[in-house]
Parts: sequence; structure tokens; C-alpha cells
Amino acid sequence: MDDKEETLARLGDAWRGSFVVGHGMDIGVLREAGIEGADAVVVATNGDNTNIVIGQVAQKRFDISCTVVRILDPARAAFYRTQGLRTVCPTKTAIDELTEAVRSCEVPSQPAVR
Amino acid sequence: MYALIAGGGKVGANVLRTLQRLGHEATLVEQRRDRYERLEDEFGHEIHHGDATEIYVLERAGIRRPPDLVVALTGDDEDNLVICQIAREKYGVDKVVARVNDPRNQEHFDLIGIAPTVCATSSIMALVQHEVPEHELVQLLELRRENLEIVEVQIDANSPSAGRRVDTLSLPEGARLISVLRGGGESEIAIGSTELQPGDQVLAILRPGKEDELRRILLRA
Repeated sequence: MDDKEETLARLGDAWRGSFVVGHGMDIGVLREAGIEGADAVVVATNGDNTNIVIGQVAQKRFDISCTVVRILDPARAAFYRTQGLRTVCPTKTAIDELTEAVRSCEVPSQPAVR
Repeated sequence: MYALIAGGGKVGANVLRTLQRLGHEATLVEQRRDRYERLEDEFGHEIHHGDATEIYVLERAGIRRPPDLVVALTGDDEDNLVICQIAREKYGVDKVVARVNDPRNQEHFDLIGIAPTVCATSSIMALVQHEVPEHELVQLLELRRENLEIVEVQIDANSPSAGRRVDTLSLPEGARLISVLRGGGESEIAIGSTELQPGDQVLAILRPGKEDELRRILLRA
């Protein structure tokens, strides 16, 4: 589901799943999208706080134990992990990978001495 | 008392002004640069610039103390909810107050247990309904802590309760009539001998969820 209908086009012609237009904070839309029978819910809108609210609605109201929430802000992601939300923080993943990529370069740890 | 306010629009600024006038200490966090600058001109160091849903912004504004009260008054309900949740769960803030902008989001605050909340739209809607001549049952006041609400019911000529004494009505358990406002503008406290008449506006106090039963007894059989 997405609140913009254009998003459906991005899924391409091969998409055979359903698509619901609406905002995830709207319980009616969540129901229409089938949240009641869902085994897993992924919440990945571009708003951290929106995701935090929808994630808790899925978890606490609809009892979906496999609810995964994207939170870009590492501090909020860490806090909500302590609150029992399964959070994924792409910012932290990027920082870790970038750091790892730099570390794996063969850069001399000391400036070369002539 | 020390209060932290998130959101410096008209509501937030007035809350800050009032708290200061009452002699309380308060800081306010505002995200928009233009608003922040205007508020800083008026209030000086009590104003912090930033997104109040970011933990380091809250910490800079003093959430670690922690405040006696956090008031979340931004225009975004998800932000208000997260601010209150972080304040309470991470920093042990005892009292939080949240503004609900869209009444449809009220249930999310209830689910997560953020209370009390204030929703201007709902209050205005209740007042509008109250003014509509032929309203049935209108919620006037929600007493969340008591788990009670006060509603207004308008009796008409077809109502089964019209012409009957209050003590002959089988009101639902957990509901009582408070008062009756007559057409002429005079009102009386509802007691057993009070007789309901068409045109009466009746105030009742009841447990939430009892509205339909009350409606059935008073308005239609």
C-alpha cells in the first residue's frame, strides 16, 4: 500500500500482487490491505515517526508479531528496539558498510617515509 | 514546575506564555527557522531550534532533568505521539499532554496509552452538533481518568421517555441523568420526580459504550 497511486507503476507490469492506495495511519486502509490475515508487516514510508506509529499499530492492535519497521534516525531506531519493535536502520547499515569498505582498502596506517 | 513544550505555533507559544506568567519554568522546541527566530525574540534562551522527535534535540532542551511535564503540540500527530512516548519511556517523564490534530488518530494515542490528549477538531465538532436543532446524542465532555463521559440528549415528541418521570425509566447500569434544560431556558437538576418533556435537553453521565442503551431508553424504543 502507498498513498500515491503512481507508486504502482514502479512495481512494473509483472506485478501480480494487489495494491491499495491510502495512508498507513488509517486503520480502514490497513484492513483493506489485509493486515488482519498478514503473517508479516513491513513499514517503510519516508517518515520515521509515521513508521513508528504504524509499526506499533500492527504489533499491538493487530498482533502481528513479525512487524519490521524502517527508522532512518539511528537514535530513535535504537530506542524503539528497546521497546520491542523490530527496527531496521539503513543509516546505520550504510555507516557500517562504508566504514568497512574504507578499512578494507590497502591504505598505509602510517604516512610513507622516504 | 518545569515543562518542556514541543511545537511553537500559536498553541505552543500561548502555552509557554501562560506557564511563564504563572511563574513556571518552561522551554520550547520549534523546528521551523522563521518561527524559532520570532519566538527567540520574545522569549530568548527558553527556545530551542530543532526537531523535537530527535533525541539529541530533546536532550539539549533539557529532557534529562527530567521535566515535570512534556506537552507535545506540533501539527503532526505521529510526532506528538513519538515525543510523548520517548519522554515517558526513555526519560521517565511523569506527565505528558498531547495534541491530536486529526480525530481519526485518537485511537493510536489510546492504543499506546498516551493521555491526556486534546483534540480541537473533536471539541469544535461537539459544539457544532450541540447547536444543530435536531441532534440526538452528543458527547460534550470526556473524563478519561474517571472513564466517564457527559452527553447531551434531546427529547422529542416521539421519544419513549417523553412524559415520563426519571424514576420510571430503566436507565442502563452505569448511566445517570444530571439535568434537564427546558425550552424556556430554565434548567433543573434531574431527580426521580423530574418529568421529561418534548424539547428537553438532558445531560447524562455514563460509562463509555453505554450510549446506545441510553439512546434506546430515552429516544427510541
